[in-house]
Amino acid sequence: MPKFDETPIIKDPAVNGVLRAPGLREHASTDVRCHPSKPKDTAAIDLPAELVPDWKERALAKFGELLEQNQALRVYMDICVRCGACTDKCQFFLGTGDPQNFPVARAELLRRVYRRYFTPAGLFPDLGAASDLDEDLLRKWYTYFYQCSECRRCSVFCPYGIDTAEITIAAREIMASIGVSTKYVTEVVAKVYQTGNNLGIPPAAWKDNCEFLEEEVLEETGLPIRFPVDEAGADILLVPPSADNFANTDTMIGYGKLFHYLGLSWTTSTYCNEGGNFGLFLNFANLQKVNRRIIDAARMLGVKTIIWGECGHAWRAGILTPTLSGPMDMFDPPYPYHISQFIVDMLRKGAFDGRLDKSANDDYLVTYHDPCNSARAGQLIEEPRQIIRAVCNRFVEMPPNTIREKTFCCGAGNGLLTDEIMPIRMAGGKPRAMAVKHTKANYLATVCAICKAQLPESMHYWDVPVKVGGVIDLLANALKL
Amino acid sequence: MPVIELEGIQMDVDEDGFIQDPATWNEALAVAIAKTEDVEELTEDHWKVVSYLREYYQQFGIAPMIRKLCKETGYDLKTIYELFPSGPAKGACKIAGLPKPTGCV
Repeated sequence: MPKFDETPIIKDPAVNGVLRAPGLREHASTDVRCHPSKPKDTAAIDLPAELVPDWKERALAKFGELLEQNQALRVYMDICVRCGACTDKCQFFLGTGDPQNFPVARAELLRRVYRRYFTPAGLFPDLGAASDLDEDLLRKWYTYFYQCSECRRCSVFCPYGIDTAEITIAAREIMASIGVSTKYVTEVVAKVYQTGNNLGIPPAAWKDNCEFLEEEVLEETGLPIRFPVDEAGADILLVPPSADNFANTDTMIGYGKLFHYLGLSWTTSTYCNEGGNFGLFLNFANLQKVNRRIIDAARMLGVKTIIWGECGHAWRAGILTPTLSGPMDMFDPPYPYHISQFIVDMLRKGAFDGRLDKSANDDYLVTYHDPCNSARAGQLIEEPRQIIRAVCNRFVEMPPNTIREKTFCCGAGNGLLTDEIMPIRMAGGKPRAMAVKHTKANYLATVCAICKAQLPESMHYWDVPVKVGGVIDLLANALKL
Repeated sequence: MPVIELEGIQMDVDEDGFIQDPATWNEALAVAIAKTEDVEELTEDHWKVVSYLREYYQQFGIAPMIRKLCKETGYDLKTIYELFPSGPAKGACKIAGLPKPTGCV
């Protein structure tokens, strides 16, 4: 029996792998909230520890600042006609039926404040859809902007092209500036500054893990495959999600086997052994600061290129690197470079010709989950599929409106992978689970550590018997070393 | 701050029931926490996992890689889940008095 309240979750089954829009259930998920941040973490990342006394003035000042800085945000505030095209596109609405999880309704929580304080409509709040910013509304912001995974699925269907994720990002930024943030996100960002990675793995433990993997792979293959750490002068700096060196070790082993096979010199860095960027889920200052660590680590080690590992938000932030941290022209192009792009380039060059045994994956019927961040925000749609087709005989796609640019979020992306909101994670994970079930696949491949942590739990909850793993894991199975 | 009470002694825990200060852990406390994790009795197998987690944590300041935990204790992941239904990172770490691993896990 699950240890959480299942009331917010709609249990109706899907039809042919696709969920119909549910009936409305007002306030169904209104009591599901993330734990608030702790002073030890907010202090480490330069945020107020608690709601500041003049919070309303500061929130409006921050909102005004964002509207000045980001022309797109102002346009998104102005142009929505409330057509409703987005309403049934969000996995959190489909899973809970709570109309406050209509993307438009969530965005209205911010738009009402915009109209009240930044447009002439605010002079007559009762006539237009404008609201005072008060504690009740702030509570709704905290609840529902952390029931949005900034996945942008709704944006794909918006006839005006409104990027709803930018609205959630702005709301979270405003909240962070007045002392309203979540324990999960702030704790992780604080750990990055302390240890170099999201999990908080200290350098000695990282090295110990890498030595352990070398022993493991030697035992398995008889080959001296290395997992180098802090090797100055290596050609490639790999920035994986730290979860690959903790939980998703088959993916970590995949990187090692790949670079060994290609005869390339590579390393990880204990200053920055994390591609993931939780600053993206919090505020711009931390997004930038976390991103800069990658460039600093690469310069310190003197590498020629940086390769991002299998991590969705790492890639969403990674492609912004030249904007966030300055030109990357001290590195060899292409940049930023994702491991899936690198593998496809090697495939095209013939580096694996005659050395891939697809039958090694014949026990698997594989399907591919597009992480929201790599597919919609990072244009990585074809590459993972090209790799899977090159290394597997049996590949099946989920229904067309659940994949590629229309993919559903795993249900826990962008700051939601925390246990206290398990009802939201399982509700939001439902559309993906139903689509996987429809394929009858027994291996669910993906290129994101958050997805790899959420999907086993959501698949188990929705009774879908499937192994979850990386794309590079499949390549490593097939590669004749 | 939430507390867990054991034989009259109160211990600070976080919202998820993890003890705040790993140094305050003791075996009696582990038995009390285990009951909140659907582990009625701590057998020799449980103690082997708990002891390894604590030793590793004391040396490295973090929970061990899950693959290493399996290798060093001799239990595969399935067995660990049978011993600790909420898994190695949550149930086992909680009973062993380690902080909750967070991040993309």
